[in-house]
Amino acid sequence: MELLLDSLFNGVAIGSVLLVAALGLAIVFGLMGVINLAHGELMMLGAYTTYVTQLIFKLPILKPFYNSYIIVSIFLAFIVSGIVGILLEKTIIRKLYGSPLETLLATWGVSLILQQFVRSVPLAYGTGLVISLLIGLFLPTTFTSKIKESINFKYFKFSAWIFAALTGVLTGSLISSSVSKLSRASARNVDVTAPSWMRGQVEIIGTAFPKTRLMIIVITLISVIAITLFLNQSAWGMRIRAVTQNRQMSDCLGISTEKVDIITFGIGSGLAGVAGVAVSLLGSVGPNVGGNYIVGCFMVVVLGGVGNLLGTVLASFGIGIMTDLIGAGRLLSIWPDMPLPLSNTINFFATTSMARVMIFALIVIFLQFKPTGLFPQKGRMVEN
Amino acid sequence: MRISRRILAGLATASLAVTATSCGGGGTSGSFDDTVTVGILHSLSGTMAISESTLVDTEKMAIEEINAAGGVTVGGKSYKIEYIVEDGASDWPTFAEKSKKLIDQDGVPVVFGGWTSASRKAMLPVYESKDAFLYYPIQYEAQECSNNIFYTGATPNQQSEPATDFMYKRSPAAGGDFFLVGSDYVFPRTSNTITKAQVKQLGGKVVGEDYLPLGNTEVAPIISKIKKALPEGGIIINTLNGDQNVAFFKQIQDAGITPSSGYYVMNYSIAEEEISTIGPEFLEGHYGAWNYMMSIDTPASKKFAASFKKRWGADRVVADPQESAYNMVYLWKQAVEDAGTFDDNAVREALVGQKFDAPQGPVEVMPNHHLSQTVRIGEINAEGGFTILEETGVVLPQAWNQKHPSSKGFACDWTDPSKGEKYKL
Repeated sequence: MELLLDSLFNGVAIGSVLLVAALGLAIVFGLMGVINLAHGELMMLGAYTTYVTQLIFKLPILKPFYNSYIIVSIFLAFIVSGIVGILLEKTIIRKLYGSPLETLLATWGVSLILQQFVRSVPLAYGTGLVISLLIGLFLPTTFTSKIKESINFKYFKFSAWIFAALTGVLTGSLISSSVSKLSRASARNVDVTAPSWMRGQVEIIGTAFPKTRLMIIVITLISVIAITLFLNQSAWGMRIRAVTQNRQMSDCLGISTEKVDIITFGIGSGLAGVAGVAVSLLGSVGPNVGGNYIVGCFMVVVLGGVGNLLGTVLASFGIGIMTDLIGAGRLLSIWPDMPLPLSNTINFFATTSMARVMIFALIVIFLQFKPTGLFPQKGRMVEN
Repeated sequence: MRISRRILAGLATASLAVTATSCGGGGTSGSFDDTVTVGILHSLSGTMAISESTLVDTEKMAIEEINAAGGVTVGGKSYKIEYIVEDGASDWPTFAEKSKKLIDQDGVPVVFGGWTSASRKAMLPVYESKDAFLYYPIQYEAQECSNNIFYTGATPNQQSEPATDFMYKRSPAAGGDFFLVGSDYVFPRTSNTITKAQVKQLGGKVVGEDYLPLGNTEVAPIISKIKKALPEGGIIINTLNGDQNVAFFKQIQDAGITPSSGYYVMNYSIAEEEISTIGPEFLEGHYGAWNYMMSIDTPASKKFAASFKKRWGADRVVADPQESAYNMVYLWKQAVEDAGTFDDNAVREALVGQKFDAPQGPVEVMPNHHLSQTVRIGEINAEGGFTILEETGVVLPQAWNQKHPSSKGFACDWTDPSKGEKYKL
């Protein structure tokens, strides 16, 4: 019983890392059909946001709240990655809808630029830049309709951007002068240390579970529930689903598809940021951190069936449980006296490297029989 | 990936050209009769840049020190050392390509370079075919002995063997079972083959081993294997590389695999630099084995650390690979002065037998192109350094390991033409 519980927990733990990482992609790739190779780098931005938040919370003014920095950073990471995603959509991806190969190349280029950006720009000024973007993109939307309709609107918009740039430079230099670690550019990996209440283990029904893993599972669960509610219950969610199913018809019915695209992409990117927070709790944070997850993300989305959230959830937990079963050689403990050839085979695959080979092989075989994944899209849209 | 690396390499070289010209000076004392240009070849971009850039800093410092003390004197003429820095870009073919460039185009008499075994293996044919000379500063798996490479890092019998011995006989987990964890490439696998043979000789038991593919940070399956294999605690030998250590130590601490519950990790790739990245709070109480540790309490060691901090910033640390890099520049200088020429063959002959008062203590170049070194076992402390527990006498290097089944009974000697790369003892 304890063994089973332990195994199940491990599988869910591995799966939830995959799921939180793939959730944003399930929306961007699944619903919008955009192959975003910069998804991993949006995760990386989320991870760096956690690092910056951690350092800022070490400042004397915020020191009393240090223990809660990780919660704050989840929201900040969502905003930061979301903003960068929106900018990416507005400048590059929008022009490339319907041409997947070009999108793939362009987003790959973006991923290289983002990696080099965190290497060669001091994080303090990076933060400043994100703040400018945030203000510049959202300040004009708060203008009253009177201003929006006035003939001088472009000047208002322009001055909003100037204001945004100034605020960005100001916050950048403020952070750079108060946190010395953020004032220099560095290619070396940095480290996020979980607050003390999140370190160590907690005991549930006689088995000890690592707290960071539980935290990641909680983050994943909340993200999945929130995004399901948003897509199924809210007005914008309904519009997103409508545009996914039939873009032209939705357009005719008065849905601003342009706005829907921005919102969908922004949410998908923001979720990548949240995944970045989760990932930063497990390993170190560096420019390459996203690249380690991108293949896994696509694998999960394809296996689950493109455009289906439930499929993504099941696929990631399935892969997680399989990884643990194969990689840790669990079958041997469940069935100790199995025939020798079988136990030798299982032992052979019971290393992390070989378990990966086995899982990829299983996925390839599975996709031979069900090329559209666990839950294929049904309905008319499939035909076009 | 290819294109990206090329572009990165291009960018890095362009930026380097700027730094190289601006830092190329260094020497303050006035007049030299001539200059000699050496090559420095490490990764300044890509995943290995974090570690390898510290070597470039150390080598530059050593060259500046030599220049400030009057340069290299050959045949009565004083030479100022200048250097060309090339970027290997964490890409092994690039290392070979840049080596060719340094040898053929720039005509450097010596190249200081490399970190990973893969980069060395890629460079080796270049140096052998052109009969040029590479100085390689990293502790490695040995099982190699080239006439054209000079190795200043530790061989397994100068690091892992004394460490395994310590863990099995004198650590708090003495007599316990072993679990081996490493990154999935040549160094951990060779090192663990040697460790397994040694543990068997000692009468101990290796109850499991696992390798994490490079770039992978999901340690959960390994943790469950460790818990299953060592339920009551034991000895873990860790040869993980770079960042993977961060994931490993964060996650094993959360899973309750800590010194206080009887699990002791001996690390072969964690030095002061890595401790500060991973965070001492995750490593305290575990062990490391090196030839040089920053906490060595001798004037030479303190001077080395102090001059590095003075040159590159007070928050910087020095570690074993840097010390090896520092030694090799000085050993090259001594050999050149003894040989009275920059010619490779004469320098190679003069190199064997060179002695140097290194920060770790005295070292000497052996006929197999490796160094005799002191081995130290340290416990990682809360300040991010090592508390040195044990210190061996000078240990001679074995290019061909005497515990590895494929090389038992072999040795290397380049001073005797009849022996060479690999001969039977």
